Amino acid sequence: GGMLAAAALLVLLAAGPGRADTGRDALREELLLSPLPAGDVAATFQFRTRWDADLQRGAVSHYRLFPKALGRLVAALGVRELHLALTQGFWRTRTWGQPPLQAPAGAELWVWFQPTVTDVDKAWKELSNILSGIFCASLNFIDSTNTVTPTASFKPLGLANGTDHHLLRYAVLPREVVCTENLTPWKKLLPCGSKAGLAVLLKAERLFHSSYHSQAVHIRPVCRDASCLAVSWELRQTLTVVFDTFSSGQGKKDWSLFKMFSRTLTDACPLASESKVYVDISPKNKEKELLEVTPAPTSVLEAVVQGDKRTYAVYDLLSPSLFNTSRSLNVQLKWKRPQDSSELPTPILHAHRYVSGYGLQTGEISTLVYNTHPYRAFPVVLLETVPWYLRLYVHTLTIITKGKENKPSYIHYQPAQDRRRPHLLEMLIQLPANSVTKITIQFERALLKWTEYPPDPNHGFYVSSSVLSALVPSIIAMKDVDVEQSPLFTSLFPSSDGSSYFVRLYTEPLLVNLPTPDFSMPYNVICLTCTVVAVCYGSFYNLLTRTFHVEEPSRGGLAKRLANVIRKFRGVPPL
Amino acid sequence: AASAQVQLAVPVAVVFAPGSVPGDLPRPLPFRDVEEMEISVNVRTSVMSRYEMVYRGTTAQEEAALDAATAREADAALHPLQDASLGSLTVYVVPETSSLLPQGSSVYVGKHRSALVRAGGGLAALRTRLRQLTQVMSFTASSVTAVLSDRVPDGQLGPDTRRHLKSSLGYEITFSLLNPDPKSHAVHWDIEDAVNRYVQPVLDKLSLVANFSVDSQILYYAVLGVTPRFDKESSSFLLSAHSLPHVINPVEARLGSSAASLYPVLNFLLYVPERSHSPLYIQDKDGAPVSTNAFHSPRWGGIMVYNVEAPASPQASLPLHVDVDMVRVMEVFLAQLRLLFGLSREELPPEFLLESPGNEGLADWELDRLLWAHTVENIATVSTTLTSLAQLLDKIGNIVIKDDVASEVYQAVASAQNAVAELAMGHLHSAFQASKKAVTSSERAFFDPSLLHLLYFPDDQKFAIYIPLFLPMAVPILLSLAKIVRETRQRKKEPTKMD
Repeated sequence: GGMLAAAALLVLLAAGPGRADTGRDALREELLLSPLPAGDVAATFQFRTRWDADLQRGAVSHYRLFPKALGRLVAALGVRELHLALTQGFWRTRTWGQPPLQAPAGAELWVWFQPTVTDVDKAWKELSNILSGIFCASLNFIDSTNTVTPTASFKPLGLANGTDHHLLRYAVLPREVVCTENLTPWKKLLPCGSKAGLAVLLKAERLFHSSYHSQAVHIRPVCRDASCLAVSWELRQTLTVVFDTFSSGQGKKDWSLFKMFSRTLTDACPLASESKVYVDISPKNKEKELLEVTPAPTSVLEAVVQGDKRTYAVYDLLSPSLFNTSRSLNVQLKWKRPQDSSELPTPILHAHRYVSGYGLQTGEISTLVYNTHPYRAFPVVLLETVPWYLRLYVHTLTIITKGKENKPSYIHYQPAQDRRRPHLLEMLIQLPANSVTKITIQFERALLKWTEYPPDPNHGFYVSSSVLSALVPSIIAMKDVDVEQSPLFTSLFPSSDGSSYFVRLYTEPLLVNLPTPDFSMPYNVICLTCTVVAVCYGSFYNLLTRTFHVEEPSRGGLAKRLANVIRKFRGVPPL
Repeated sequence: AASAQVQLAVPVAVVFAPGSVPGDLPRPLPFRDVEEMEISVNVRTSVMSRYEMVYRGTTAQEEAALDAATAREADAALHPLQDASLGSLTVYVVPETSSLLPQGSSVYVGKHRSALVRAGGGLAALRTRLRQLTQVMSFTASSVTAVLSDRVPDGQLGPDTRRHLKSSLGYEITFSLLNPDPKSHAVHWDIEDAVNRYVQPVLDKLSLVANFSVDSQILYYAVLGVTPRFDKESSSFLLSAHSLPHVINPVEARLGSSAASLYPVLNFLLYVPERSHSPLYIQDKDGAPVSTNAFHSPRWGGIMVYNVEAPASPQASLPLHVDVDMVRVMEVFLAQLRLLFGLSREELPPEFLLESPGNEGLADWELDRLLWAHTVENIATVSTTLTSLAQLLDKIGNIVIKDDVASEVYQAVASAQNAVAELAMGHLHSAFQASKKAVTSSERAFFDPSLLHLLYFPDDQKFAIYIPLFLPMAVPILLSLAKIVRETRQRKKEPTKMD
């Protein structure tokens, strides 16, 4: 009897004070703090709004936690899935390890549309324009010259029954600069704004004083429950920052929330059903207890994340015991041995890209992909988007692993059209165990029309990062976890099975110089010609307007003048 | 100049019940008559109104309908017998002794497009009354000048005339619940049901005028821009009338613009004050509390403050569960909606009796009023848009007009002329449709991206580029000019020296 009553109470609590006919919505907020080698600290915020309503065309118009601006967009334009990331800086996978979420420098937008959308290009154009208004970003510069439709790299992350890639659009603007003006509208979408909960830490002047800043919005349909008969919509707002605490903390690797954000946590967002702070305290190099967190965590979580066993100290802001002793929470981490140089093991998959060659006519793009797994080979999908003004020579494409040619098992190449669309190159490459694969392709630089150059053309032209998507074999077997129960930072990418995990990596964006004309030349030519014309005109004018009349040689030559001077001295009248 | 010839024709049928025919009728029934009135907007623009009256006696069916016990029943019975087209009016003149109208009132305006008038006082008195009545049911001089307010010189308009919304092809209505203190108040409102029950019938009726979309949202931690003043006597917080203009701005940043459409947005905000500022009351200019605790902002929307009753016991656990009484809220919002559309029922003589519009919130003749005003406004907008387009083209001689832009302009002109012609014939519905089409076409032409004047190289910059040519060329010319001047001066001086 008691058990039953308790269960009934639980159900009541779960149903909450909300009503049954309007869709239930729930908010979860989470902050993951992970110390990186070399003293950097990565902070990943995730805010997840889940709405048990079907956001189809015009069906729903009453919003509670889900922001109306985005909901209307999804409904009006037939969006199935939307991923927008605005990033400043570059995530150094080699030294910082695998990120929970990486994004390329600049702005990245990829969208799956509903099959009911007839004109995908029109909806895409409209969507990017509206998003640029919502987020104050220059997304309106997304047009056909930087939009591609990848065939293999970007699968829907949410619920999808068809993956017809004609409904997918992908674009990156590597030149986009991210700043406070983009952060403010992003914060405005949070139900609690930046007034309560974890979002009080989002102070712009600290967030942009960092080595890496990436904010993102992910909208996708998800299963409402295990039976998956109904659809819920999920909005994830993520923000990742990397603070260089080592250089700003006088050579110490210790940090605290206050030192990083100049704020502390005082409460959870009253609308959130879950509000947690995770601190990565995984023991490194098998030496335990190297670091110490204060205050004592609410609990400790052990999980397998990205193929590695991790330990997290968890602070549950909703647990009443947390704010009993002090009114605010200032998580602090101290290293017991200050001169500890903990080297992160090299990530299994990482990549590196550069442009080589000399002169302004041809060049070469080289990509190095590393597989450091000691005994497992795995395939990787590489996506390259190159603007049309770099004319790729596909016959020069070479893929070399361990000195031998590596033939890709799948290749999709869409050549560029001048001023219309970029090059798209997608390849599925097998990476042998413990190997480096070098992919090179040569290109020729095109000449642009003088109006096509951006401001400051001598800065160079950006080529967006190439994208590597792979199922990386895990060293430790992972368990299937319930998405609703596990921490948010583990649940954006669906895991296929226990033996591998999904990784998407972005390489460095490239900066390529194009032959740039001297833009002042036309003006110089005009000036020079005009001066010549004016000088000619002047003498001609003089010639025409001067009146010439014969003058009597009254003064005579030089001799006569000299004689006159002498005569003047002598007091004799001149000649 | 186009609106100078606009003529609004209203077909009016005046039906005399037996025993109500005035003795001094000029001709035997039935006959036709025309009454004209000129509404002058400014020196150049005026609108001609033309009431085309048809005087006739009742038919047998109408006579039977007029035998009803009350005016309301008679109105309902007469409705199927009338000319149902938009804009046309039917006035039934009943005998002076008729018991249909209650004592003291001599005019009854029904839910549809008809009215009952008590006879008496001869033809002249009847005519005055008819003029008043037809203006109430169609348009008045002030309602026409209000929609043409852009053309009226400043200072000649009352404060109320600028309250009306601009005519548009669609409107978005957003209801927002502002909860600045979610820790203390867990506020719930059943907006979906309230919209279906109270707002949707009105919008269904208004769907003839424009497209409407309704949505709602809840905004947490959204505060008003003004800190209310604490009043010790009533132990409540007060917002004075002069601080209301500052209330909206900080809220507006959170409301979220309508990114997906270009229609104007009507905002209706329900504000639940935070616990530390409750209860909160709005004061009018004289310092008296406003009974509805609400105010509206012209062309923007309305705000209502909804106070939460303090819990009986101070130990009550927070957050306090609050269920909003949607009937009270929607009453205020619907009244504000009517105000924003300029459908207030204020300036009426005391002997006029108006039937309440019922659940639809809007009588047929009120819809007509809106259509008359919007049609005139649309025609004025088209003429303004096309005039400024013409001015732009005059300014830039080498501008490129694409074929599709040209056809839009032709279509806008044709539709506007069509609308004017239909108005003069008294076909309100087709005139309104034509004016809508004209607005769409003219805006499409005006906002065409190829007509951006910045795309064209301005002439003054051409001169700047050629300055290296013009300057050195000008120097010898100026020098020789100076020389000529000097020489002529010397030539003038020399003769005087000779003297």
